[in-house]
Amino acid sequence: MEVSRVVITGVGLTAPNGNSLSEYRENLLNGIAGISRTEIRYMGEVLAGICDFDPLRYQKRKEVRVGTRAGSVSIYCAREALKSSGVDFESMDKNRIGIYVGITEHGNVETENEIHNISQFDYDTKFWTHHHNPRTVANNPAGEASLNLKVTGPAYTIGAACAAGNLGLVHAVQMLQLGEVDYAIAGGVSESIHTFGIFAGFKSQGALAEHEDPNKASRPFDAARNGIVVSEGGALFTLERLDDALARGAKIYGEIVGYHVNSDATDYVLPNPERQTQCMRAALKKAKMAPQEIHIVNTHATATPMGDIQECQAIVQVFEDCPDTYVNNTKGFIGHAMGAAGALEMAGNLPSFEDRMVHPSINVDELDPKCSIPNLVLNQPTQAKRVDAILNNSFGMLGINSALIVRRFSDQ
Amino acid sequence: MSKDECKQVVLDIIAEIAPDEELSDVKPDVALREQLDLDSMDFLDIVMELRKKHGIEVPEPEYGELVSLDSCAEYLTPKFNALV
Repeated sequence: MEVSRVVITGVGLTAPNGNSLSEYRENLLNGIAGISRTEIRYMGEVLAGICDFDPLRYQKRKEVRVGTRAGSVSIYCAREALKSSGVDFESMDKNRIGIYVGITEHGNVETENEIHNISQFDYDTKFWTHHHNPRTVANNPAGEASLNLKVTGPAYTIGAACAAGNLGLVHAVQMLQLGEVDYAIAGGVSESIHTFGIFAGFKSQGALAEHEDPNKASRPFDAARNGIVVSEGGALFTLERLDDALARGAKIYGEIVGYHVNSDATDYVLPNPERQTQCMRAALKKAKMAPQEIHIVNTHATATPMGDIQECQAIVQVFEDCPDTYVNNTKGFIGHAMGAAGALEMAGNLPSFEDRMVHPSINVDELDPKCSIPNLVLNQPTQAKRVDAILNNSFGMLGINSALIVRRFSDQ
Repeated sequence: MSKDECKQVVLDIIAEIAPDEELSDVKPDVALREQLDLDSMDFLDIVMELRKKHGIEVPEPEYGELVSLDSCAEYLTPKFNALV
């Protein structure tokens, strides 16, 4: 079946180390992380990736008060993506725009806040806010963006644990190829640092990172890694069918040429490298590409003791004979941005098509021998001979795996 | 509590729930929704803040008493004074 080619024409993001693609990229190449300590209810001090974008750039104060943090992240990223795409948004048919936002979870923050609120009133539920339901419905982050942008096409979230950022993009590609929409705003967002439950859950699991220096706490592949740093953030891209993008002379950041999503069906939390391997291979098959044609593999590795090793095993299986394929990781800089992770990590690598620089995995003082795989870019960026395609891994709990392939645009 | 003080209490609540609004020249005898960008959820916020901050209950059939600053003062001042 012949389907339309789909390209990325705009990028909007907020990360713990940057509120635009250029700022974020510069920090990724200069080794600048964005992790800090913060206080969270019941937990006390925790390490987190906190974003400092200004929500009032695109929202009224009342919208910020009534809405959610994830809604604000979505609105900021969507508006920034539209701006960078250069599209004449006002003249567009808003019925034909889709908003597809990947989320790991949504509603925990708002529910915890309300339980805390009514605890001040002896748990009398008449003090429970009427804003609770619109804040906690699973489509909230996309719905708030549709309200803000007056987009009347489909706007909803994709729940896919920490694979969600990739899945927002995958879904947008599918909807564009089906002709359901003509323009898509898609990626992933996270507000998870505002819920103590995520931190407490990871801590109970023995998977919450700690380090005296916050910016050294998230250390995928390092022998002394001890878990995840939870972050907030978002990255939304504008996507269009290639013909539409060319017709309006849009800048093309890359073409989404392949993807795959599968499930481990083995465990609630433990990954399965065999399924990860299958996922990457299936994405390559859809893209009609050989592993050697991929020049950057951005790993999902979250700095848990087992997860990093298993992903490395999976990557070696697929890219065993690929001297020009570099492997990197973004979480050392920004922590684990949950539903935003896949989208933010793809965004951080996209400029490699222009500068051929591969940003490193940082905080690797002593590489875990079990993570020692060829061409792992550690601590310093590497200049690649060429960067024509990037494969972005994002995996999540309940065994969901995703691999997304973006290729440098070529009109062939 | 005087009626003017009661109006100020209501204005203080509106300032929190509708922080983008200019409240310096709200006409007391004109419906709040005619001069401010307030929706039904905002009115529920006013009811909730009266409950939380001041222990004042406004039963649903009486929400209409909160239509303007003047009507708020007429309706709420006796309730405030009954608390003392």
